[in-house]
Amino acid sequence: MSRTVSIQLTINGRATSLDVDTRVNLADTLRHVAGLTGTHVGCEHGVCGACTVIVDNRPVRSCLMLAVQAEGTNIETIEGLANNGELSTLQKAFSEHHALQCGFCTPGMLMTIESLLRETPDPTEEDVRIALSGNLCRCTGYQGIVEATLATAKTLRQEKALGAVAP
Amino acid sequence: MKASDFTYHRPSSAQELAGLLASLENAKVLAGGQSLMPMMNLRLLAPEHLIDINKIPGLAGIRRDGDVIEIGAMTRQVDVLESEIIAKDLPVLKAALEHVGHVQTRSRGTFGGSCCHLDPAAEQPALCRLLDAEFRVNGARGIRVVQAADWFQGMLESALAEDEFLEAIRIKPWTGSYGYGFEEYARRHGDFAIAGAAAMLAVDETQSITRAALMIFGVEASPARLANAEAALVGTKLPDLDVAIVTSAARGLEAMSDVHVSADYRSHLGSVMIKRALLKAKQHLTGSST
Ligand SMILES: Cc1cc2nc3c(=O)[nH]c(=O)nc-3n(C[C@@H](O)[C@H](O)[C@H](O)COP(=O)(O)OP(=O)(O)OC[C@H]3O[C@@H](n4cnc5c(N)ncnc54)[C@H](O)[C@@H]3O)c2cc1C
Ligand code: FES
Ligand code: FES
Repeated sequence: MSRTVSIQLTINGRATSLDVDTRVNLADTLRHVAGLTGTHVGCEHGVCGACTVIVDNRPVRSCLMLAVQAEGTNIETIEGLANNGELSTLQKAFSEHHALQCGFCTPGMLMTIESLLRETPDPTEEDVRIALSGNLCRCTGYQGIVEATLATAKTLRQEKALGAVAP
Repeated sequence: MKASDFTYHRPSSAQELAGLLASLENAKVLAGGQSLMPMMNLRLLAPEHLIDINKIPGLAGIRRDGDVIEIGAMTRQVDVLESEIIAKDLPVLKAALEHVGHVQTRSRGTFGGSCCHLDPAAEQPALCRLLDAEFRVNGARGIRVVQAADWFQGMLESALAEDEFLEAIRIKPWTGSYGYGFEEYARRHGDFAIAGAAAMLAVDETQSITRAALMIFGVEASPARLANAEAALVGTKLPDLDVAIVTSAARGLEAMSDVHVSADYRSHLGSVMIKRALLKAKQHLTGSST
C-alpha cells in the first residue's frame, strides 16, 4: 500500500517541504501538491518530454521519477526561468522566433534547452537537434525552436563577452 | 495512466535488499525507472512491491580493478558516457552509449538496469556480449558470476533469479593493436534501433588478425555473436579482410519481424550494419591509408 511521507527539497531555489504519496510521480506532485502546473504531462511513459524538469543539474522525465525519490534534490521547473516576471533570454527568443503555438511542449523544450546551453554554450545545429530528440512538438515544428536556441546561445555568449550580468 | 498501487521500499544496503528480495512476493527492483516506470504507468506491470535501489551505497561507479573495468549496476548512462576510463579503455562502449535514448533518459537510466531489462535492441547489454563481460549477481543465496554467453535467456529475460540482483558488470578491455566499429539504424535519433552491430579486430605486426569479435543486436531476441565468422577471420590478413563471410553469417540469423519491419528486411539491415562496423574497425586500424 502506498503511504504519505514528508520530503525536503529545493524547488526553484526555495527550500520546500512536501507531503507526497509514495505511489505518485514527480510530475503530478509538482502540479498538484506544489501547485506548479507549468510542468506538463503528455504521455506518462517517457516518450514526449513535456514533463522535463532539471533535477540536480540534469534534465529528467518527471513522469518516470517518483516524487519520494526527489528527497534532498534541487529541482528547477519552468516557473523558475523568468526573473521577477521578466522573461529569460531563451523565453524571449522563443517568442521572437515563433517557437511555439499551443505551448503544450514548450515547458519541456525550455528546460531541455536550458540544460543544454549550460553544458554546451556554443552548440551546433546538430547538437541542438540531438538534444531536442527527446522532446516532441506536435504543432509548431522544430525549425523555430532550433533557431531560438541558436539565437539564445549567441546572445548569451555576447553578453558574457561583454561582461554583462546574464539573466 | 498512473501506476497501480504498490508498497515502496528503500533499502540502504545490499544485505537489506537481498533480504527484501528473498521475502517479498511480486516485487520489482527500481533502478533508473526508464523502462520499469513506463511499463507500470501503462499497467503492463503491476508489482505489489517496488524496491528502490537508488540509495544503496557502492552500487554506482566505474573503477579499474587490475586489468578489468568494473561498472556498478546503478551507474547512470550519462556517467558511463562521460567517464574518462570508458573513453580511454572501452571507446566502443562510449560510441554505443551515444545512441541510448535521450539526454533526459540517460540522466536516470542505469547501465545495470538496461542489462536486466534486456530489450533485444538495447545497446548496453549488446556491448557486454561483444566484450565478453561478466555479470556479478548477489542475493540471499550469495554471490555468483554469470558469463555474457549465459546471461541472455531470451526476450526481456536475463539469468537473474527472482531473489537476485545485479551488482556489477566486469569487462576486460582489449589491449594492443585493435580497431572497433559500432553502427546502428533507428528511425529517429534516440529511438530503439531496428538493428545494430559492433565489430572488433586485433592484429599483430604482420597485419594478421589475431582476434575478432562480431556482434549483431536487434535482429534476434538476444544479441548474437557470429562465432564461426570470427574464427574464419582469425589468421587472415587485414588487407584481405573477408567481408562476405561475415555478411553471409549475418544473413543466417533468425530475424524477428514486427509491424514496422519484416524479418527479411531486418536480417538484411543486420548484415549491412555488421559490414559497416567491420569496415570501420578495419579503417580504425589502418588509419586513413585505405
Ligand atoms: C523514450 C525512451 C527511449 C529509450 N531509448 C532507448 C534506447 O535507444 N536504447 C536502450 O537501450 N534503452 C532505451 N530506453 C530504455 C533505457 O532508458 C532504460 O534506462 C533501460 O532500459 C533500463 O534501465 P533503468 O535503469 O532505467 O532500469 P529500470 O527501468 O529501473 O528497470 C528495468 C528492469 O530491470 C530490473 N532491474 C534494474 N536494475 C536491476 C538490478 N540492479 N538488479 C536486478 N534487476 C534490476 C527492474 O526490476 C526492471 O525489471 C529508452 C527509454 C525511453 C523512456
Ligand atoms: S509525460 Fe513524461 S515524457 Fe511524456
Ligand atoms: S507548440 Fe504545440 S506541441 Fe509544440
